[in-house]
Amino acid sequence: MGQRRATITAVGHYVPEKVLTNFDLEKMVDTSDEWIRTRTGIRERRILEKGATSDLAVEAIKRLFENSGVAPDEIEVLIVATVTPDMFFPSTAAVIQEKLGLKKAWGFDLSAACSGFIYALITGAQFIESGNYKKVLVVGADKMSSIVDYTDRNTCVLFGDAAGAVLLEPTDDPEYGIIDHVFYMDGSGGKYLYMPGGGSLNPPSHETVDKKMHYIYQDGRAVFKVAVVGMADVSAEIVERNGLTGKDIDWLVPHQANLRIITATAERMGLDLSKVMINIDRYGNTTAATIPLCLSEYWECGKLKPGHMVVMSAFGAGYTWGAVLMRWSLPNPPKPRPDVARYCEEMDSRRFEMVEELKIKNEVGK
Amino acid sequence: MDIEAKVKQIIVNKLNVSEDKVVPEASFINDLGADSLDTVELVMEFEKEFGIQVPDEDAEKIRTVGDAINYLKQKLGQA
Repeated sequence: MGQRRATITAVGHYVPEKVLTNFDLEKMVDTSDEWIRTRTGIRERRILEKGATSDLAVEAIKRLFENSGVAPDEIEVLIVATVTPDMFFPSTAAVIQEKLGLKKAWGFDLSAACSGFIYALITGAQFIESGNYKKVLVVGADKMSSIVDYTDRNTCVLFGDAAGAVLLEPTDDPEYGIIDHVFYMDGSGGKYLYMPGGGSLNPPSHETVDKKMHYIYQDGRAVFKVAVVGMADVSAEIVERNGLTGKDIDWLVPHQANLRIITATAERMGLDLSKVMINIDRYGNTTAATIPLCLSEYWECGKLKPGHMVVMSAFGAGYTWGAVLMRWSLPNPPKPRPDVARYCEEMDSRRFEMVEELKIKNEVGK
Repeated sequence: MDIEAKVKQIIVNKLNVSEDKVVPEASFINDLGADSLDTVELVMEFEKEFGIQVPDEDAEKIRTVGDAINYLKQKLGQA
């Protein structure tokens, strides 16, 4: 008897309109477009000027509903991966339920930082595989601009705001859907990437504000090293343990934190960059949103197709990290919407341009 | 290949710099155009090539070509 599997049957994403470019940041902190581009791959990011994380998520889910024809009252469970909830409680899931009228859904928030989406995806898949639910909505949404210190040049260039959503449903076809996952957590990494203030350890006070404890703290060197190794190892592990090689993978969907981590992961898997989803240049690191944002854009553009074997992998605060293996089953739309269509053409050429820039960055040192 | 030559070769490849610049007193960041993440990648390359582990507290002290050569010689018991 085959195991009942969950598969992705609808996707949607949202990015706010306001663009914050590297040139804008040059005016705010001591940095340069050239430095940011060649060190991280990021050219610009989006900022939500008014509203909260739930508003990003609501727009992404609306797009998912429009793409699929699914109605709000069909949703049974809503899982929201985020580290920037609207508030501690009620959950962002509850806020979204009210805003969208997901009358029959129950749900909750899930906190796993940059690994939040893949953790939430597999959590949602369990509800399907158990046979108890048929429509589970999984959202990755973060308004990172709400916890970024725009006077800290080490972190403010990295992050942006966005949301992505996927719908999970059961599939009877054993060829498709979510096949496997490998997840890890190592709490000893907590001190290298965190936000110290605002929780029960350091409740908000004048002091926590004065000491800038409500912003992201990151030890870039420490995180970079473990992220490169962690994401590459787990991506290779999931491929190998399913008896596959890089040749069998159609798409690597890596968390978009730094282009150098992405290229190192692809290299480790023996994957050509033509098989790696990259949009970090346009959005930066949007934490829980990066992976569904990639899936949704590449799907709309007709590049992610039914039958494709996909590896999603992420590394984030905690530390948390992991990889998911799935075979894509969702047919493409007849054509992408206008906001995505303008990127479809250049998706391939731009990837190589960006990687070339990384390679030549040391010309100055010659 | 002795340690010194191998270290220099790794630096030349990783930082994409010409060999004559890779002298013991050259600083990775000030003279060879590396940034802090490049130095992390460089240490990872040493770890891979020499089959060793370099703790973070040691890695932070490796700032010049000479630092790297001395550290690796010591670590591999050839100082």
